[in-house]
Amino acid sequence: MLQGLDDYFATRMAALGLRAQRSETLASNIANADTPNYKARDFDFASRLTQAVEQGRQSQSFALATTSSRHLAGEAKSMPDQDLLYRVPSQSSIDGNTVEMDAERINFADNALRYESNLTVINAKIKSLLSAVQQ
Amino acid sequence: MPLPSASMNIFNVAGSAMAAQSQRMNVTASNLANAESVAGPDGQPYRAKQVVFEVAGNGGQDIGGVKVAGVIEDSAPAKMVFDPRNPHANPDGYVAMPNVNVVEEMTNMISASRSYQANVEVLNTAKTLMVKTLTIGQ
Repeated sequence: MLQGLDDYFATRMAALGLRAQRSETLASNIANADTPNYKARDFDFASRLTQAVEQGRQSQSFALATTSSRHLAGEAKSMPDQDLLYRVPSQSSIDGNTVEMDAERINFADNALRYESNLTVINAKIKSLLSAVQQ
Repeated sequence: MPLPSASMNIFNVAGSAMAAQSQRMNVTASNLANAESVAGPDGQPYRAKQVVFEVAGNGGQDIGGVKVAGVIEDSAPAKMVFDPRNPHANPDGYVAMPNVNVVEEMTNMISASRSYQANVEVLNTAKTLMVKTLTIGQ
């Protein structure tokens, strides 16, 4: 049952984690808008989510080494690797900085909204579980 | 599950940027205030200062917060103004005025204040999201 619960939330949890990670990346871009030679970074959310969910399914990537048959089998999900991409600026700047404030802020707001919608869905899932329990 | 790494916390990133931008604003204020200071404590005219920003990446990471790598003195030559009655005038009657470019400093100030605002917005959004995350399942 607990495994089922885990699966029930797995995709949403992975999406939430990735959204948080992306908001950090975008915050770094906004923070470094005036830093010479800073290159704006981002990642492809869709492919990273697929990767994270796939890795969650086949979670034999990290198994705890055991020396006795009575040891518990510890399993850890591996983190998706940090493959940050570079943003291609539509206008270049003289100091080598590729942050475009408007694009970054739009991306950040969009990301925040999607994070929030994820939260809403998780809340709704919990509510439906609870109502099933209370029947 | 990718957990937010402790070193690259969104609050640290936006906070470091705000600190850096406010230092830049401080330097700009000093430059503007001393735009007419003919002599400093050392008897020389004031020289404009500029901050240098750098990425404060953790362990060679190329994303992260901002840090002020240093405050440099502007190497532009002093403005020479003809004012023979000034006690600081040289034998030819010229006074060395600070090399502060007021127009440049004003644009610097606007840029710093806009960047600061953007980071405040990031911080507020992150805070709202964190509070909402804390109320999951309630």
